[in-house]
Amino acid sequence: MAAYKPVVVQACPKLGERITQDTLYWRGYKTPVQIKEFGAVNKIDFSPVPPYNYAVTASSRIHIYGRYSQEPIKTFSRFRDAAYCATYRDDGRLLVAGSEDRSISLFDVGGKAPLRQFEGHTKPVHLVGFLSDKYRIFSGGDDYSSKLWDIPSATEIISYSEHTDYVRCGCASKVNADVFITGSYDHTVKLFDARTKSSVMTIEHGHPVESVLLFPSGGLLVSAGGRYVKVWDVLKGGQLLVSLKNHHKTVTCLCLNSSGQRLLSGSLDRHVKIYSTTSYKVVHSFNYATSILSLALSPEDETIVVGMTNGVLNVKHRKPEEKNESSQKKRQPAYRTYVKGKSYMPKQEDFCVSKPVKRVLRKYDKLLRSFQSSKALDAVLEPPIMLHTPEVTVAVMQELHRRGTLRSALAGRDEKQVNLLLTFVARRVIEPRFTPVLVIVADMITDIYQPVVGQSAIVDKQFLKLQQAIGKEIDYQEELLEVLGMMDTLFATFTKKRDTCLEENKSNGVTEIIETNRNY
Amino acid sequence: RRCPRGLRLPRGARASWAGVTAFPPRRYLLYASGDFVKVHSVNTEETLGLLCGHADLVTGIQLNPHNHMQLYSSSLDGTIKLWDFMDGIPIKTFTVGSKLLALYTLASVEDSVFVVIPKMGERDTFQLVSVKLTKGAGQDLEGKELSVVLDGVGASPKQIAFGREDSYVVSVKDVNLQVYFFKQKLLNRFSLSTAKTKGGDNRFSCVVCHPKEDCIATGHADGKIRLWRNFHHKKAYTYSALHWHHDIVMDLAYSLEGTRLLSGGVESVLVQWHNESSCQKDFLPRLGSPIECISMSSDGVLCCTLHTDNRITIINSNLRFSRSIQGLIKSRDVKTGLVVDPRTKALVLNGEPGHLQFYSLQSDQQLFSLDIVQRQYIHQAGLKQSDLVKVAFSARGTWLATVEESEEVADPELQLKLWFYSEETQSFALNTRINTPHDNHITDMCFRDMDELGDDSLILVTTGRDCVFKVWVMVGDSDPEAHQSVSWSCDFVGSYHNYQATNCCFSEDGSLLAVSFEETVTVWDSLTWDLKCTFCHPPGNIRNICFGRLTCSKYLIGATDYGFLCCWNLLTCALEWSAHLNVVVLQPDPLSEHIAAVSWLSKESSLFVFKPSEPWPVYIQRNLCKEKILLAAFVPRDEPEMISSEKYLWLRKSQLFFLTDTQELMTLSTKSLEERLTPSSKQLAVEESLPVTPFSVLLGKHRRQQAQEDTDLGKPVVHNRQEQASPAVKELLHTPAHVLPSASFLCTIFINSLLISKENKSAEEVADEVEMESEKAEDESDEEDVTAMEQEDTSPMELLGEMTCKLSKSQEKELRKIRKMDYSWLSAF
Repeated sequence: MAAYKPVVVQACPKLGERITQDTLYWRGYKTPVQIKEFGAVNKIDFSPVPPYNYAVTASSRIHIYGRYSQEPIKTFSRFRDAAYCATYRDDGRLLVAGSEDRSISLFDVGGKAPLRQFEGHTKPVHLVGFLSDKYRIFSGGDDYSSKLWDIPSATEIISYSEHTDYVRCGCASKVNADVFITGSYDHTVKLFDARTKSSVMTIEHGHPVESVLLFPSGGLLVSAGGRYVKVWDVLKGGQLLVSLKNHHKTVTCLCLNSSGQRLLSGSLDRHVKIYSTTSYKVVHSFNYATSILSLALSPEDETIVVGMTNGVLNVKHRKPEEKNESSQKKRQPAYRTYVKGKSYMPKQEDFCVSKPVKRVLRKYDKLLRSFQSSKALDAVLEPPIMLHTPEVTVAVMQELHRRGTLRSALAGRDEKQVNLLLTFVARRVIEPRFTPVLVIVADMITDIYQPVVGQSAIVDKQFLKLQQAIGKEIDYQEELLEVLGMMDTLFATFTKKRDTCLEENKSNGVTEIIETNRNY
Repeated sequence: RRCPRGLRLPRGARASWAGVTAFPPRRYLLYASGDFVKVHSVNTEETLGLLCGHADLVTGIQLNPHNHMQLYSSSLDGTIKLWDFMDGIPIKTFTVGSKLLALYTLASVEDSVFVVIPKMGERDTFQLVSVKLTKGAGQDLEGKELSVVLDGVGASPKQIAFGREDSYVVSVKDVNLQVYFFKQKLLNRFSLSTAKTKGGDNRFSCVVCHPKEDCIATGHADGKIRLWRNFHHKKAYTYSALHWHHDIVMDLAYSLEGTRLLSGGVESVLVQWHNESSCQKDFLPRLGSPIECISMSSDGVLCCTLHTDNRITIINSNLRFSRSIQGLIKSRDVKTGLVVDPRTKALVLNGEPGHLQFYSLQSDQQLFSLDIVQRQYIHQAGLKQSDLVKVAFSARGTWLATVEESEEVADPELQLKLWFYSEETQSFALNTRINTPHDNHITDMCFRDMDELGDDSLILVTTGRDCVFKVWVMVGDSDPEAHQSVSWSCDFVGSYHNYQATNCCFSEDGSLLAVSFEETVTVWDSLTWDLKCTFCHPPGNIRNICFGRLTCSKYLIGATDYGFLCCWNLLTCALEWSAHLNVVVLQPDPLSEHIAAVSWLSKESSLFVFKPSEPWPVYIQRNLCKEKILLAAFVPRDEPEMISSEKYLWLRKSQLFFLTDTQELMTLSTKSLEERLTPSSKQLAVEESLPVTPFSVLLGKHRRQQAQEDTDLGKPVVHNRQEQASPAVKELLHTPAHVLPSASFLCTIFINSLLISKENKSAEEVADEVEMESEKAEDESDEEDVTAMEQEDTSPMELLGEMTCKLSKSQEKELRKIRKMDYSWLSAF
């Protein structure tokens, strides 16, 4: 003996973006806060220690913003010319920045004046950073050289002049205090070891390198330049792992999220793309108003800060997570009696008596089960169902037709209900997935209500609307067939040229697409 | 030598459960199934025994009202048999002569039973007669003392009922009701108007009588139930009507006290009416298929319903479903063909409407029923139901493809569904559903069978009457973080001159696809979907195609409408050979090169088994059966069977099953029917019920000694003799002691059986004899065997004689004679 089987509602896959875990995660940000800076924002860096302030380098200033403040809580403005690349040290106490005036300045986060000035570059310095031992600074300048500095003595330790163009980006290894990499406009990324006199490894990116990044493990290197983001395996001697081409303009900045599972890239094409670091597929992307120059993600992905060419700083904060409602339930008095013994695990010798599961049926299913066709149709003609889930209405109509009771269910309705029915049919009959069923319904309605045509202005209007909709659809189909015919001819000429000996029908490419569209 | 022959598997396939069931004190359910009566234990849900002996359909069974361990059964072969159903032994056989259509027993009449027989000289008129059961000696008795009780009764057993305290008998036919009072010898006739008012149809369909009151309940063709009272008076009778059924009432039953009335019909709803009022009723809905018969147990605790699809449902008295007994479910039309599930080796075919049944051949049980259509089935005439038409399994059984379509000819509502076998739930789960895969009916479907490449290379091909074939491939979601989800989508659409595509088939290695388009077979490369070559053998459309296997994989076999079987060589692209044969079924064996072709010619089906490389068949079996064979399937055996004869070597790895147009499942077997039928349980039931006699103890000792000696000697010949002797001794032992003749009579046979026979027989022949003797030696079944052998002898293929069997057969017959004699010996007292 079988239980009643509910009506099968034909689900149809939604077109467009698929909702994944990632989309949900990355959509969980509030509306952005826009802050106007004085010039293009070329670097954003988060302090690695709470409260996770971030330093924004724009024009000749470095602004430090707090987590939720829209005004800078601190400003370093003692630069004669544009400042570049303000970067925090690992402990969040020191800040280093390069400058257009060829000097490198080291600031205490609490102070105003620079603690040290490092002079030695002959051209503007676009890249500075701390090595992970905290006592040395590396830098790269437009004089094609990259240098290493000692903080306590403010002297240059070593200078490498291996690049043949501007050095614009770099990154220090987190696992080895002597290793850092630089990327240059000469299309190469070079890996330096402070203990040797020359570069250890050279990687050919193929485009001017705008940004480089080392994975926390130090084994993988990501470089961005041109429209490409490339991932290299450092341990295998700089083998190309994967080359990503998802932007249609130059990629300017790279960033990893806090877990290291996702890679973010920002580009002049106004997009930030998020890649999975296991499959290197784009899992999500953000849209911005103008070209993006810099990008940073706070620890725990709490904040995304994006800097643009027009000096706008775009800050997004994560929405607070919704609290579970289980805490509320606890207050209810009946809780104890209901939940008593719920966590009891049955022992081996226990005899379990399971309660029969109560099946919940939709209203139309209950009516269909008791063979009340007219009422079942009424139930699915209610506006919420009819408007939002037309497939349910159509499924019930189909089921009624299958039972042979559709005609009697449609008959005997008043003006208002007929109007409702006709509106629904006229609107939905052109949808291919509903057409077969609704054509039958429309046929029956015209049959049944033919004698009363002319008695109600509203119903007449609906009939005309239905006629119009169908006429339009027929014209449209005719046009489509014409196009199909033309394409068939084209395809036929193609196949003839290639292979004339066999009669072969490969021209169905187009019809196939149409058919697959029909095969939901 | 015994020969293989078409065997009727006495499973539900035969199907008309003739009628009446009875529960002796709650423990057994007896039901008639084909030529047999089955004894089923209600508590343990197993078939305890099989009463076989009737030569034709069993039409009625009734418990002996004076001895609840005995059962009367009537059959179309004109005999009434009295059985001891606990032991499965026929006690007496009464030969009536004419066909018996129904059987009734009364508690008040001790020496006679009532049967329905056709009236002499007139067609389609039947009469109820009482048969005097003579108390003669011996097993076979005549039952010729007939006295007519009622004339012009219906042929169905449901149309006659006996009233309270057996004082009257009621019969209904068309619109007439007759009541005959035994004591008064009074016959009252009532009739309803024949006019069909308001679409009503007044014809009677069934009748029952109230067990305690003078009340008759009749069921009608328009769904009404009428309760008749006061029918002692010709004029002043009254009736009231109960109406719920919308179509014919198939059967009615009263509860033990008569307070409840059960009714059932095509709606497959069991309705329980309380106190004969139409407002108080309970329902047990959705029983699966139309109810054909309702029966109450003798203590009123259980009730059972018989369904048209070969099923019995047992229902508690509080109208709760208890359990069901089912074998092979009979569906209206087996459209799916016989398919073998590679995983369970079960036979897969249409089951309940919209379901796919997995039927285990080993255990004669339904393994499970998979709901494919997933819609509520409405039992109503004239509805366009959608049903399953095509089924295909992938080589490992992980994927299942099904096609369902509605019955409408013009615009079939087509759906192609792909199911994935999930190891966790141990069942198939729906993966992809494709609406309208083709614009017209789908004619064939197959998977690319590539075992070694795994599931990634799976390709499904469907052919349709819309003149195209479509190739479906699996599209995977390559994101490893997301749930590994695959779905199916169309990859290629091919056509040929706008002909309808009729069949498709992949070669064994999966590199070639053959699609037949009306008269032409086209061969496609499965990598590039290029047309490679075409074959044609006009006139006539291609009916079946298949590729050869293993060593014959270069051949393509096709059968045409005009009765030609062609074999093309794929290497030379030429016709290798052709034969004039009207092939209905073409079935390749998946494990060998052999291909079975079943032909249908002048009202008989013949079987030909051949290898594509040789134009002459390996095996021919003419006149396999009288019915048209529609479908066939090779079921792989679990382990290759030892077949000594060269002729049947092709049956070594797999077994061939057929389904005829009357929905009988048949097989070709080298063994006898008795052995096939769950021998262990049956013999167990018989053996356990026998008390240990001193004689058997003595014999047992003797046999044990003998066995020891055998092992000591270690001679295979002696061992053979031992086996040969055992059935004769067994027969001796299994005959109840009180019916055995004197020991002096038995002595010679016993001694003879222990003697070593002459050593001129081969080991095989001896084994064959053993097989025969181990059968339960009923006369009828034996006769059947003999006729089967005669048939074999006449066939030209059969040259082997039966000369050497004679000795042991005579022995056997002698023993049987003794068993017949013993009754006279008993009745002398």
